[in-house]
Order: sequence, then C-alpha cells, then structure tokens
Amino acid sequence: MFQTTENKEFTKVFGLRKILLFGLFFCFVTAFASTEHEEAHDDHAEKEEFNAGEMIMHHIADAHEIHFLTLNAGKENEKHVTVNLPVILIGDGAVKVFSSKHLYHGEALHLEEGHGFAYGNYVMVDEVIYNKEEGGDHGIVRDEAGAIINSKPLDMSITKTVVGLLLSVIILLWIFIAVGKAYKKRGHTQAPKGLQALIEPLVEFAHEQIIIPSVGSREKAAKFTPFLLSVFFFIWIANLLGLMSFLGGYNVMGSMSVTLVLAFFVFVITNINGNKHYWKHIFAPEGVPFAIKLILVPIEALQIFIKPLVLMVRLTANITAGHIIILAFTALIFIFGQTSAVAGYGVGAGSLIFMVFMFFIELLVAFLQAYVFTLLSALYFGSAVEDGHH
Amino acid sequence: MILLNLLAAPLGLIIWTSIAFIIVLVLLKKLAWKPILNTLQERNDFIDKSLKSAEEAKAQMGQLKSDNEKLLAEARVEREKMLKEARETKESIIADAKKTAASEGERIINSAREEIEKEKAKAMSDIKTQVAALSIDIAEKVLRSELSNKDKQAEIVEEHLKQSQLS
Repeated sequence: MFQTTENKEFTKVFGLRKILLFGLFFCFVTAFASTEHEEAHDDHAEKEEFNAGEMIMHHIADAHEIHFLTLNAGKENEKHVTVNLPVILIGDGAVKVFSSKHLYHGEALHLEEGHGFAYGNYVMVDEVIYNKEEGGDHGIVRDEAGAIINSKPLDMSITKTVVGLLLSVIILLWIFIAVGKAYKKRGHTQAPKGLQALIEPLVEFAHEQIIIPSVGSREKAAKFTPFLLSVFFFIWIANLLGLMSFLGGYNVMGSMSVTLVLAFFVFVITNINGNKHYWKHIFAPEGVPFAIKLILVPIEALQIFIKPLVLMVRLTANITAGHIIILAFTALIFIFGQTSAVAGYGVGAGSLIFMVFMFFIELLVAFLQAYVFTLLSALYFGSAVEDGHH
Repeated sequence: MILLNLLAAPLGLIIWTSIAFIIVLVLLKKLAWKPILNTLQERNDFIDKSLKSAEEAKAQMGQLKSDNEKLLAEARVEREKMLKEARETKESIIADAKKTAASEGERIINSAREEIEKEKAKAMSDIKTQVAALSIDIAEKVLRSELSNKDKQAEIVEEHLKQSQLS
C-alpha cells in the first residue's frame, strides 16, 4: 500500500525542475564517460555459451561502469550502452584519476580465470584494481591456490555502487529537507500538505511504532531517533532504487561495505551509551552460578560484536538474494532460449509472471529489511540504556 | 572468483559510505528530524490542549445554560409576583373607592335626613305657631262671645283654676 501511494506521489512530486537536477547529477558522472561504444570483440566472435551464474554475479557485483543494455548481442556490431565512471586510485602518496573507459576499452587481458583489463601501471581483474607487478601473467602474480597477491592501491573510484549510494543520499536529502522546510514553514497549526503529507505517516510510523516501543520510552528514544530515522529511510530508499533496474540496477544495501558502515554505527552507538546495568548484564550477570558464568560471560561478550555483524549480514544477504532470484528468472529465459526459441518464449511467459510476483515481494522486502534493521538497532540501543530491573 | 567480490568489503566503498552517511546524519538531524519531530510534538500538544479547552468550553456552556434557565425562572416568578401585586392593588383601590363612595353616600343621606328633620321641625314649629295664633284667634272670638255673659265668665275662671291646681 505504501508503494502505490508513493509511486503516485513520486510522479507528482518530482517535477521537471527536479528531473533536470537529476540530469545534472548524471552529467557529473558522465563527465568521465562515453555513453556508447563498440566493444572490441575479436576473440569471442564465435557464439558464446550463456553463463547464468556469471551474468547474475556481473549484475550484482560492483563495477567501474554502469551497464544499461547490450544492443545486437552476440553479433558483429555488438554495442554496449554504458556510463563509464571515474576511477580514483590512491597509492604511493599520489592520487590518480581517470575514466574507466581506459580500462574497459584499453588493453583486454586474456586470462585463464576472470575478466582482466590493464591501463598504465594498473591491472583490473573482476573489477578489482591491482598494481601491475613485474613478472607473472600480464603483470598478475598468483599464489599456488590461484589467488592474486598483487599489491593494491586504495580504490576510491566512483563505482556503480557509489553512484547508487550517492543517488540514494541525494533523494533522501532532497525529500526530507523539503519536508523539514515544509514543517518549519507551516508550523503545527496547519495540516500537512503534498510531500509532507506523504512522509508524515511514514515518519510517525517509524517513530511511534518502531523506535519508541523498541528503545523503551519516548525520553530515552529521543537521543537515538535521528540516527534510527536516517537509517530507516536510507535503507528503504536505497533498496527501492536498487529495484529500478532500468537505472542500472544498483545493489547498494547488497554491498557488505555499506551495511558494514551502518552496523559499525550501531555498534558504536550501542556501546557508547551502554549504562552500568548493560555492562553488568554482560560481565557480571546476577543470580547465575559461577560455573554457568564461565560459559555465559564469553557468549554475552561475543554478542556485543555478533549483534551488529548479524545486522550487516542479514541486510546484505536479503537484498542480494532478492536480486539474484529476479535475475535467475531472467537467466532461465536465456537458458531455454538457447536450446530453442519456442522454449525461450514459453519459459519467458512463465518467468515473467514469477518476476512480477518476485518484484512485489522485493518491494515488500525493501521495506521489511529497513524495518528490521531499524527495529533491531533500536532494541540494541534500548538494551544499552535499560534501567536496572528485570 | 567474482563471487568473492560480493563478500569482500572494499575499503573505498566503506569510506564513501561513511562520508555519505555522516553527511546524511548531520544534515537530516538539523534540517529534517528536528523540525519534523518538534512540529509533530507541538501539534500533538496543541491537539491535546484544544480538546481540553473544547471540553472546558462545553462545560462552561452548560453552566451558562443552567444559569440562563435559572434567570428565566426567576424572571417568571418575578412577573407572577408583579402581576399578583398589581391585581391586589387594583382590588384594594376598587375596594377603597367602594368604601369611600359608600361612606360619602351615607354622609350625604344623613345630612339630607338631618336637613329633612330640620325642615320638618321648622315646618312643625311654623304649623304650631299658626295653630297657636289660630287658636288664640278662635279663643279670642270664643272669649268675646263668652264674656258677654257674666255667668260664663265665672265658670271659665273656675275651670282654669281647677286646671292649674290639677297641673
């Protein structure tokens, strides 16, 4: 229900001016980019086997370009519609900035394993950029197990996920600063209007239904509310953005790095605010025999770290899994399509129904994961500031 | 191989996320959550206050209504009293007038009666006087005739003496 009203409001709210601003953002991104290019396609000119696993992973994993679509796939004049993103590398006390087109359209490496590109002093294998090393295969040194042991520069590139992240942040700030302004302007004597009226029930829901009951009381929750509300809407918006695959299929909350940061914030806030009762509960539980304490205390102590880690893994896994399922149904069409066109169309019809179904499930999951993350964070904060009585 | 990238948390992205999220936190805290939550709280308080004052106004209205009714009842009683008094006054005035009229009438009748008595007495005395004069006249005439006879004179004197002795 939230989704449908939101979508309706979105078209109303995001007028021409705002769409133009979005355009501006993309101009910034594409300053480094060429949007269309012809793939240097010499070696796999012969028909390629469709690899579902690779296709799915390619869509989920981070990349240094945004790949929108492929025209004339598998033919001589195959074209990829992409946005090349800026690559920012920090290493040896120097910052190097260049467009990713130099990697993707530079020297393609023919490796036994993974896709490799080289540019200048760098090689990129499966989207990880390494310093080129002397010796080895195309400047890549591997250990006995086949893992690359090249040294790496700090990759601060604006990758696909960073773009998704920044887009989410811009949308988030955009919506809520506008709403905040509306509240300042209209005060408490006027009824909410427009975007404000759309957002108010969501904020009220998050505040009254998630945050206050989980932390314990309105007074205790006040300190954590800004963080929790920010996290809730940040995750939700990023998840919804990830579902709009036509924008490039950002997998923001499916990236460990992003959820790691959020979980780290939860970890820090929980333990900074932990009161005497919280620490006593962990290290000196009352009314527990000494023998059990020996087992209980280490477990409780580990919980301090396990709780945020679980938050992190749950969010990443759920969002990634959702993307994988939708992509798997898509892959199914191509797998059957390779054996015969009729089977492809037949399976396609069935897959489509499942994909639409899954999409709705994903809309729910997008909200649910934001809800769960906020709820559990609030519970952890609540346990940290709980008064000492059981 | 690319699968491992999913599980990796590249440092670059961690730094980007941290920067982005801290910006989000700072900006939203100041520009969104503070005005939104404050206004919501203010509005809640305002609604509470308004409901309370409405309730009070209702009670006051009830009080006013009962006061009005009391006043009305009092006015009604007052009116009744005034009407009654007016009626009484009217009646007393009428009664007084009647009484005065009666006594006046009586006085007039009395004075008339007295006048009549007086006139009657006057008339009677007139009559008496005339009768006396007439009697004297008659008596003179009689006496004149009687005294012509000596015997008769002596008889009369006798008679008078007797009479005066008797009286």
